[in-house]
Amino acid sequence: MEREVCLVQAKILEKYKWGQYILFYLFAPEISKLAKPGQFVMIRVSEQFIPLLRRPFSLMSVDPSEGRIAIFFQIVGRGTSRLSQYSPGESLSLIGPLGQGYSLSVLKPGDKVILVGGGRGIAPLFFLAQQLKEKKIRVMIFYGGKSAQDLPLKSLIEEELGVEELVLATEDGSLGEKGLVTEVLERKEIWPRIERVYVCGPEAMMRKIARMIEVWGVPGEFSLETYMGCGLGICWSCVRRIKKANSWSWVKICEEGPVFPGEVIKWEED
Amino acid sequence: MAVQKVDMSVDLGFFRLTNPVLTASGTFGYGIEMMPFVELKKLGGVVTKGLYFEPREGNPPPRLVEVTAGLLNAIGLPGIGVKAFIRDILPRLREEKATVIVNVCGETVEEYVKVVRCLDEAEGIAFYELNISCPNVEEEGRCPALNPQATYSVVSRVKKAAQRPIVTKLSPNVTDIALIARAAEEAGSDALSLVNTFLGLAVNVETRRPKLANVYGGLSGPAIKPLALRLVYQTVQAVNIPVIGLGGIVTGYDALEFLSVGARAVQIGTANFFDPQATLRIIQEMEEFCREHNISRIEDFIGSFRI
Ligand SMILES: Cc1cc2nc3c(=O)[nH]c(=O)nc-3n(C[C@H](O)[C@H](O)[C@H](O)COP(=O)(O)OP(=O)(O)OC[C@H]3O[C@@H](n4cnc5c(N)ncnc54)[C@H](O)[C@@H]3O)c2cc1C
Ligand SMILES: Cc1cc2nc3c(=O)[nH]c(=O)nc-3n(C[C@H](O)[C@H](O)[C@H](O)COP(=O)(O)O)c2cc1C
Ligand code: FES
Repeated sequence: MEREVCLVQAKILEKYKWGQYILFYLFAPEISKLAKPGQFVMIRVSEQFIPLLRRPFSLMSVDPSEGRIAIFFQIVGRGTSRLSQYSPGESLSLIGPLGQGYSLSVLKPGDKVILVGGGRGIAPLFFLAQQLKEKKIRVMIFYGGKSAQDLPLKSLIEEELGVEELVLATEDGSLGEKGLVTEVLERKEIWPRIERVYVCGPEAMMRKIARMIEVWGVPGEFSLETYMGCGLGICWSCVRRIKKANSWSWVKICEEGPVFPGEVIKWEED
Repeated sequence: MAVQKVDMSVDLGFFRLTNPVLTASGTFGYGIEMMPFVELKKLGGVVTKGLYFEPREGNPPPRLVEVTAGLLNAIGLPGIGVKAFIRDILPRLREEKATVIVNVCGETVEEYVKVVRCLDEAEGIAFYELNISCPNVEEEGRCPALNPQATYSVVSRVKKAAQRPIVTKLSPNVTDIALIARAAEEAGSDALSLVNTFLGLAVNVETRRPKLANVYGGLSGPAIKPLALRLVYQTVQAVNIPVIGLGGIVTGYDALEFLSVGARAVQIGTANFFDPQATLRIIQEMEEFCREHNISRIEDFIGSFRI
């Protein structure tokens, strides 16, 4: 259980806002050196007691040479709303990197992988794609949302990630293909011999993809979301049913996750 | 001349703590999870997550939800069980020179006794904290802490079996705390700690359903501090054994409030979740206060509250 994790004050360097989506670049050299794609940080959004608990956010981009990290989030409630009010120059208390990330070591140069991100679920996949690029892995990204406003990272992906193919999907058809990202994924002619699929997004989307790739016979890794009281493994609040030694047990997502292979996850039904 | 060095140690009678700040059970893991943030030997003591004899799964999620200035939890006491604790965790805590206090749980009185006997065999534990807020399967799920007879019965049985001192942890969900406190004292408890969480409820108005899978949950955090302080004060007046106070402590000032009403030590719970170094900061803030107020021994401050 010994691990390298830091508690730091990180200064906000840059801030971008698209409607209810926010992107922060922060100066956190210690975290940037340790971070792996799929890992997250716990952020204290207020020094007061409302909201009381830290909030978890995936590392969306990491640049160890500059000591920079990025988080990308959607305003959904009190905590994220408070967080969206911070400006460059202000500092945030961060703990990280936390959790186990996506596995990349199984891949070799030239391998082909698919990344599927729904809405804010694109965050950890962006960082993953940065590292896949360095390893010369061929990447196809599916990025879906309700409408064009939900795909604010489109340009950044095109500019920075150099992926072979970026497929956009919106439910209202305002950008890219019309339909749920899962439907588009089913319709789209994807490459033969996919090594692995990496997914982050709403539960229903991930569950559908898990079933789909099981039929294809391709392994997948999924980043789960649960309510997290601490992110540190000390409150036992963040559990999901995970298969261990052939039986389902409640597993702490903050410690052993948030990323798990599809076959060990018990999906929540609607 | 201002005091330079403050003596922060406090005497519980059966054990001298290097300082009055302990962790609260269930909010600091088994201790080792927090080693990246806290040098464990700097704490007055580490109180472990509640331990039953066997490993336990706990409740289905959602287990925890944030409310105004606090949180509601129904974790359901999951854990690795006492044998795995002794084998895998205790040696590490000893290496760190932590003062270890084990929070003991049981579904029956026999189970409490079994856990304590098992722990008695192991070295490196300072004393036990008896969590009598566990649902008792022989009493239709009622916990012993809610009733003076049941409290007396479990505490006296464990006290007879245990080779180490025991602190009984009381529940605030009672009408007369003094009654329960005296029952635990008469049963031979060496000290008391309080409060455990306040029973509460949170509703999702969209779905009209409870926010926690278990429906009810225990309230903790800053929201409960005045409630907890009142109960600690009343308990101090009711018994002659040392009292450890907790409930909503976030700052050194909060901790000093508890000491002023007569608590000999404090525990820090929910604060660890949002500030993993809360314990160390609180020790520092208390020490600072003592220096500023020319108090050379923290013990001189204990019970200084006047009406
Ligand atoms: C490992 C991990 C990584 C995450 N990464 C990102 C990220 O990169 N970008 C991002 O935008 N969000 C991310 N999230 C989700 C984010 O943490 C929540 O949206 C945030 O905590 C909500 O806080 P709030 O105070 O704004 O909402 P609240 O006021 O607490 O709640 C608003 C609504 O959101 C729901 N909610 C609250 N917390 C969570 C949660 N943890 N998971 C799902 N629903 C929740 C509530 O039930 C409610 O419906 C991540 C979550 C986890 C567990
Ligand atoms: C998530 C959580 C888990 C807890 N688990 C235990 C436990 O295992 N045993 C116990 O005696 N008390 C447990 N408690 C109660 C705390 O030790 C403490 O009594 C309570 O939270 C009040 O203190 P606080 O306001 O500082 O958190 C738990 C509290 C929380 C919030
Ligand atoms: S969030 Fe507290 S244990 Fe996982």
